[in-house]
Order: sequence, then structure tokens, then C-alpha cells
Amino acid sequence: MSALELHDVHKRFGHNEVLRGIDLTVEEHEVVCLIGASGSGKSTLLRCVNLLEAIDAGRIVVEGDEITARGVDRNRIRRRIGIVFQSYNLFPHMSVLRNVTLAPRQALGLSKSAAEEEATRLLARFGLADKREDYPDRLSGGQQQRVAIVRALAMRPDLMLLDEVTSALDPELVAEVLQVIRELAAGGMTMVIATHEMSFARDIADRICFLDAGVILEQGPPEQLLTAPREQRTQQFLQRIIEAGRM
Amino acid sequence: MAIATVSTIVFLAALVVGITHAPGWPEVHRSFFDWGQFKATLPEISRAFLLNVKMFCIAEVFILVFALLLAVIRSLPGPVFFPLRAFAIAYADFFRGVPTILVIALLGFGAPGLALKNVPTSTTFWGIVSLVLVYTAYVSEVYRAGIESVHPSQEAAARSLGLTRGQTLRFVVLPQAVRRVIPPLLNDFIGLQKDTALVGFLGAVEAFKQSQIDAAATFNYTSFLAAAFLFVALTIPLARFTDWLVARDRRRRQAGGVA
Repeated sequence: MSALELHDVHKRFGHNEVLRGIDLTVEEHEVVCLIGASGSGKSTLLRCVNLLEAIDAGRIVVEGDEITARGVDRNRIRRRIGIVFQSYNLFPHMSVLRNVTLAPRQALGLSKSAAEEEATRLLARFGLADKREDYPDRLSGGQQQRVAIVRALAMRPDLMLLDEVTSALDPELVAEVLQVIRELAAGGMTMVIATHEMSFARDIADRICFLDAGVILEQGPPEQLLTAPREQRTQQFLQRIIEAGRM
Repeated sequence: MAIATVSTIVFLAALVVGITHAPGWPEVHRSFFDWGQFKATLPEISRAFLLNVKMFCIAEVFILVFALLLAVIRSLPGPVFFPLRAFAIAYADFFRGVPTILVIALLGFGAPGLALKNVPTSTTFWGIVSLVLVYTAYVSEVYRAGIESVHPSQEAAARSLGLTRGQTLRFVVLPQAVRRVIPPLLNDFIGLQKDTALVGFLGAVEAFKQSQIDAAATFNYTSFLAAAFLFVALTIPLARFTDWLVARDRRRRQAGGVA
């Protein structure tokens, strides 16, 4: 049984069809990176998997359960799927500790002490132990993004979706966040990562998918896709990335 | 600072000289600025003013709760909730449109006539009900502005963690929304404090009504001044407190400090 399957997923916003038939299978413990130009549908794909956007056609299956079927409990599904956003989206009126413990306490029903114990352990693991009581706007972007990752992990998700999590960061802060993701991958977390960081994708991904105009145009192991792409559109995209000095 | 002080003194002096040299000043002085009358009527009006304070305090509690409810109803998504949303919009439109004094007159004179069981017929009661109805409409708009000012990404983040819509509202959206609208909320409090005087129209002996009674008995209007003095003594501290909150909020944001 696969961790995640997308079958012919379509999504439109008004007249703009953003996803035009996505087929994708992600196995357990696999790390899949999505690359492609802005507007190619990477973010929308992740938001659909998390049910933040309703799809117009197709099916999404998580560990055998069709999550896009009618009548499923979306809240229960979302608890199994963590998502981290480009702009962190931490709750600004709560301390780091409350940011991390809110959902485990309210959605999973953990006791305050159990949730805080788990949160403290996770924060320590990612070098944030001393930030427990701080409010988000006292933290650097890199720290905020690490807190956002910890907040998602505190729900013990089966699957993590990362939506360009380093795009809003100053260059010198990117490394600390990527290091966290490497650790997660090493720990066997199943992940789907939308990213512009090609060298990172090459490092971490088991497979890279190139999205173009709402379809997965080409996919394969990093070495093959990044150095010997078959499709002309992929070659053009990678050429632009190289010219921009991003690879 | 020195320039401001001098300019204020000069301006006030000119104003005082202008008024006290007006042809009708001796008459106005006698009937509006009678220190003896002021002292004589203030205690009685102060006692009546307690009714204003009581009405304000009771009304405020209900307004805060009902207005929040109305604002939340109006923010419910989806076609299922259309009737509720439509009700909330109609309510806010209606009670913001009708003059407060008319609502008070209609309810104060009309509602007791229904002779409802277990419902008080006192003018104070119906006065408070009127104020709650009207101010709920205003305050719900303030709350709504606050709710809409919370970025949708906050809701997305909360829902993505598996929180329900209600939990998201309670723990993520409303705390941020309310924090942002505290200054305009206090502004409406001040309006409410003043509008308690309108209930005097029904005959309830609050500060304004008492000062009217005193004025009629003595043919001297200084009692109005005493009533005005009491209202101002209550609203000015609240206004300064509001300013202080706004300034503090701005300082914090600029410092990027604790929200």
C-alpha cells in the first residue's frame, strides 16, 4: 500500500485550470520533490492533498483511504498529514510552546503535560529548546520555520508536505531549515516537497517530479532528471535555473 | 511645549473674553453658570447618574456577547448558512439605520403593552433592551472588521493541523481579531455611556432626566451642566485609556515586540 496516491486530479480556480490531471504515487519513507516554474501547480497540489483546497475531479488516496471521497472527516485526515507553508503561518498571539501544543491538545485530546513534554522534546531536537516561551515575532525566519515544522510534527503525521519552506528566508537562514528536513528524511518520514532549491532536491529526493502547466511532465531519480531530462520543457526550465545561478 | 501652552492660554482667554462680553452674557451666566445651583443639584444628579452607570454596565455585557455572536454568524461560509447570514446583515442594517431614540420610544412605550408574562415592564428594563439591540449592531460590525483582518493563512494553518472550524475560530481567529479592535470597541463604549441619557425620554430618572426636573423646578439650567460634568468625568478617562492602548499597540508593532 502506498503512502499517497493521486489519480487524475483536477483543480480549477474560476477559468484557470491549475491542475490538469495529476497522477502521482508516493511510497512510504519516500521523499519526492516537486520542481517547476511558479504557477505550475506545486503549491496547489500540496494544498489539495491537505484538503485545504477541494479538488474538482480525480481521487486522492492516503494509505488506502480515499480522502477525497464524500463524507470523510476532513479534520481527522488533516491530523495525519502535516503541511508547512512558505510564510510559516505561526500563530502570532501564542508562545512557541502554545503554537506547538495547541493542535495536539485540542485535536488529539492530549493532556497539557503530555503535549508540553512532547513539544519540549521536539523543540530540543531541533535546537529550539530556549525559544519555548518566546513569541514568533521575536524569532528569526529560520527559527520560525523550524517551529512551524515542529508544530506539524507534534501531530505525529504519517506524511509531511513542505511548500517552498525556504523561499521566504534570507539566504544565510536556509541551511538550518534544510538541515531539519534532512534529519526528517533520515528518520524515514514520507515527504512531498515543493522546492526551488535544486541542489537540495538532488541531495534529499528519492524522486523528482517536474510540473509544467498543471501536469507532471516528467519524473525520475534526481541524477537522471536534473542532468539528462528527456522533455524539452524540463531542459528549458533547468537551463533557466542554471543561468540564474541556482544550481 | 512652551509655544503650545502659550497659544492655548491666548486662545482660551480670547474665547472667555468673547463670551463674557456678549450682550446676553449676564442672563446666561445667571441661568447656566450658577455655582450655588451646581452644588445644590450635583448630589441628586449624581445619585441619578448611578442609574446611567448601571444601565451601561448591564447593556455592555450583553452587547459584547451578542455582537460577537452576530459577527461570527456573518462570517459563516457556504450556502447552507445563507439564511443566518442574511438575518445578521438585515439586523445590522436595520438597527444602525433607525435612530436610537426611536428604538427606545418604540420599545419603551410599546413593549410593556404586550403584558408579557415574567418580563419586566419597567422603563429601565426596556431602555437597556433598546440600547443592547442598537449597540449590538454597531459592535458586531467592529468585531467583523477584526475577524476579516486576520489573514486567511492563519485559518489555513489551524485547519491544516486538524483543528475544527470552531476551534480555529476560538483559539486562532477571535483572539487576534478582538485584540485588534479594542480601540474601536472602547469608542463604542463611550457612545453607549452617553446614550444611556436617552432612556430618560421614557421617564426613567437618570442623570439627564433628574437635571431636567431640577431645571424645571428652579428655572435654572445649571443642573444640565452638572449632568454634563458627570458624563465627561466618566468618558474622558476612558477616552485617554483608549488612546493609551492604541499608542501602546503601535509601539509594540514598531518594536516588533511581543504581540
